[in-house]
Amino acid sequence: MTRLITSGFSHFILFIGILIMIVPVWMIFASSTHTGLTINTHGLQMFLGDSFYENYMRVLLYKGGFFKEITALKMFLNSFIMATGVAILSVITSLMAAYALVYYRTKYATLLFWIIFVTILVPLELRIFPTYSVMAELNLVNSYFGLIVPISASAIATLFFRQFYKTVPDELLESAKLDGANTWRFFIDFLVPLSKTMIVAMLIFMFVFGYNQYLWPLLVTSSEQYWTVVMGLKMMSGSIVHRFAFVMMSMVPPILIIIVLQKHFIKGVFQDK
Amino acid sequence: MSFLDLKNVTKIYPNGTKAVHETSLSVDEGEFMVFVGPSGCGKSTLLRMVAGLEEITEGDINLDGQLINEVDPSERDVAMVFQNYALYPHMNVYNNLAYGLKNRGIDKETIEQKVNDAAKLLQISDFLQRKPSMLSGGQRQRVAMGRAIVRNPKIFLFDEPLSNLDAKLRIQMRLEIKKLQQKVGVTSIFVTHDQVEAMTLADRLAVINNGIIEQLGTPIEIYNNPESLFVAGFIGSPQMNFLDANLNNKTLSAENFEIKNIDSDYNGEVTLGIRPEHLIESENGLINLKVELVEQLGSDNLVYGQIKNIKDFCYRSPGNQTIKKGNTLSLNIEENKYYIFDKSTGKRVN
Repeated sequence: MTRLITSGFSHFILFIGILIMIVPVWMIFASSTHTGLTINTHGLQMFLGDSFYENYMRVLLYKGGFFKEITALKMFLNSFIMATGVAILSVITSLMAAYALVYYRTKYATLLFWIIFVTILVPLELRIFPTYSVMAELNLVNSYFGLIVPISASAIATLFFRQFYKTVPDELLESAKLDGANTWRFFIDFLVPLSKTMIVAMLIFMFVFGYNQYLWPLLVTSSEQYWTVVMGLKMMSGSIVHRFAFVMMSMVPPILIIIVLQKHFIKGVFQDK
Repeated sequence: MSFLDLKNVTKIYPNGTKAVHETSLSVDEGEFMVFVGPSGCGKSTLLRMVAGLEEITEGDINLDGQLINEVDPSERDVAMVFQNYALYPHMNVYNNLAYGLKNRGIDKETIEQKVNDAAKLLQISDFLQRKPSMLSGGQRQRVAMGRAIVRNPKIFLFDEPLSNLDAKLRIQMRLEIKKLQQKVGVTSIFVTHDQVEAMTLADRLAVINNGIIEQLGTPIEIYNNPESLFVAGFIGSPQMNFLDANLNNKTLSAENFEIKNIDSDYNGEVTLGIRPEHLIESENGLINLKVELVEQLGSDNLVYGQIKNIKDFCYRSPGNQTIKKGNTLSLNIEENKYYIFDKSTGKRVN
């Protein structure tokens, strides 16, 4: 009996938690399917209206921005390119950095690692002006390259990969060496396949990280052609329902990525040896 | 020059530990050499230096007429079976075997044939498609061996490969390794701390202690003629009995018995060694053993007892005898089957 009560109680708490998280999102979604007039006169809506297609299509295709050059569709494309670029690039750099830190018996490997690690404590905002001036000097402002590369080195991913490599037994390397594998082959044939789940997890992390960037894209792009979704959220003008529709759509890519790769994601983060 | 030649090989680790001292050793082609010694004696280090996994501090290693000190492990053409097998967890058995061949740029069909041949030899053909995690300990062991065989290397190196197996499987694999080596005929070095393994496998045996080869020879030579106290104590099961004694004018006097006409000119304090299997019961024997414990093994009995102040003296008696606790046995030593060692240096003196 007491078990039933505690279990019922915990389910109740979970239910409340779900409500707190879901209801606002649902309200935005429901409201985004009504006309602007309905929202303005009757406030936020709990039930679906019939302007879904109309509102969403308009948001996707409407040319917005100061110069009326950019559509939401283009912003999604920009965000996708940026987030994917950041994810792939930072996974590659972290994999390689961790490999060097663990397997190259340099004297200062640990010190080097901690120097890299400390950069976690330095937020992007702190180095944003020097980074910007470098990009400007190189003429990379207003380019995908400029959007992606400066934020594509991740100390956290390096940490994860390093810790994982440390659990790989030395005999594996030795055995591979005797089998004729050189440094590069050991990396490609062994470490990369062995850290597959970890790689997937990091891809998701870094995708979301890249997707959520606001300040950096804002600074490094002056042309509206390079606006990203998160910038668009702020810049979008127009009716409240259109903004709601845009907000809803902006949530889709990260959710989609997580749903598709969920299985690997959970395995990768909570993997024991 | 023999097939594998170690000349004054020394290993000093960066922290100053001297693992191997000026060791010289030759292994002939096709020979099965076993390094045996207690853990931490440097036997694995020596093996790993041959493999190229440890740098050589001083000395030279020649393999097949080539100085290999500076040769990368991947270029040495040696194969090694590790204690934990070090199978590639993400590759199936086939790819585990094929990986070394692929790296040597051998064409696909040859690889397939070689892998299949090796698999047949080791009876692992049925699970070529399985991952190592789906195999039992014995099967993994076979895959590890297969990975070594398939490359047809100049030399096989075994680093305590049987110590992760249960007792029964260990004996079985021991036999198979020996048979396989005879069949394939590859020069092999096998490292173990288990003296039974060492005795049964070796063509020749190197007993290593504190980074020095204490004695080198065939198993039976070493068993019959241990040159030092360490070797005498290490080889043989149950262990040799040791008694303090004095040697003067060819007469050995121990606690309560004497042996005359000993073939040695040494005078002074010595340690007398007698193997449990070299004792026989007889009336008016030299040694009176008060029985404290009997281990019945079926084929024979191990009798432990006390001679005056010496405890845990062991005597191996035939299995058909019944010996009771508390009895006193009168024992003689088989003729000339005793070993006398200098007490201070541990060197054999008779």
